[in-house]
Amino acid sequence: MPRHEVLAPIPGVFYRRPDPGSPEYVKPGQTVTADDTVGLVEVMKSFHPVLAGVAGTVVDFAVEGESVVDPGQPVVILEVEG
Amino acid sequence: MPIEVHKPGLSTTVQDAGRNGYYDVGIPPSGALDQYSLAAANHLVGNAPHAAALECVYMGPEIGFTEPATIAVTGADIPPRLNGEERPLWESFPVAAGDVLDFGFAKAGARAYIAVAGGIDTPVMLGSRSTYKLGGLGRPLAAGDVLPIGKHSGDFAGRVVPEELRPALSKEVEIRVVMGLYDHVLAPEGRKNFLGSIWTLTPVADRVGFRYKGSELELIERTPPFGAGQDPSNIVDAPYPIGSIQIPGGVEPIILHRDAVSGGGYMMVATVISGDLDVVAQSAPNTRTRFVEISLDEAMAARRDYRQRSQRVADLFA
Repeated sequence: MPRHEVLAPIPGVFYRRPDPGSPEYVKPGQTVTADDTVGLVEVMKSFHPVLAGVAGTVVDFAVEGESVVDPGQPVVILEVEG
Repeated sequence: MPIEVHKPGLSTTVQDAGRNGYYDVGIPPSGALDQYSLAAANHLVGNAPHAAALECVYMGPEIGFTEPATIAVTGADIPPRLNGEERPLWESFPVAAGDVLDFGFAKAGARAYIAVAGGIDTPVMLGSRSTYKLGGLGRPLAAGDVLPIGKHSGDFAGRVVPEELRPALSKEVEIRVVMGLYDHVLAPEGRKNFLGSIWTLTPVADRVGFRYKGSELELIERTPPFGAGQDPSNIVDAPYPIGSIQIPGGVEPIILHRDAVSGGGYMMVATVISGDLDVVAQSAPNTRTRFVEISLDEAMAARRDYRQRSQRVADLFA
């Protein structure tokens, strides 16, 4: 099945979970729809959701939680129906 | 005639050359953080250099045109697309009624300027159209906003700012500073570290201030002066110049930019020279930054050079 990279739309700190006490938005093996949130990017003191963009199955995260990402950098890898 | 905002981007604001003359009563100058790129965008579409344009940060908006217009995008390398087709930066090009402008991912830099022939014609507040969000003078664009465009004449499409007059955008920058007024609060080792360290821009960077991470700076031991707080970096409240670098607690320097508060109680160890405020404006998170000390005379010479460079862009289209 083809892979799809979910890209960070903006620079900032990437978070896998909505807050430290909550589970990660997605886990490897989980199916997602295009509108599902897979993480957050924090910049300029506000948080912006990163949406899957396509329906598929989560393969893995491409970056550690709380690392600083550049725009266009892959953050989550999905497998999509070919 | 009007343009329609479909998607606002991250934080897109109307900015011109700024609202000067009210900082003494707490209203900062605002205006484009990268003044060179604002002026260049305006020259490309035949506007006065100080006309109002759109400033977007990290991510461009999506806007629709209801009438033909001439536009140009300068500043950060955030590639514009017209009806999905990429268009060049630093060049003016025509748009037709019904065209839609959007943007790809930011490749370098942080802030792009979208100028439209005639200028953005929103209401003038205290002598400027610039948005000052904290003070409630205007607000960032929202989906559904309609922006009036001023009158213009002539066809300016096809103007180009040549490569050598475009700013270099880098993730490693040097920013020139004049030390003072409170650098005496730094111990000799702290001063050496301030100028010798590589500082990394954090994601806490907006129109008010840019916060950097790096080393911790040693401060002199002293009894806080009367009226100052207890932290060694506190001073008796003083006015903050635009470009001043404050270091609360001796960690994480903050460069104040054009939406800054006008004063407070943190020591300012140096001030970024005016021309290099554009370099700060184009810094994205993770940009590795060195502060380079220059004298006041050198700063004045750098300002002359900066103005001459800006004039060369103006002369191209005079």
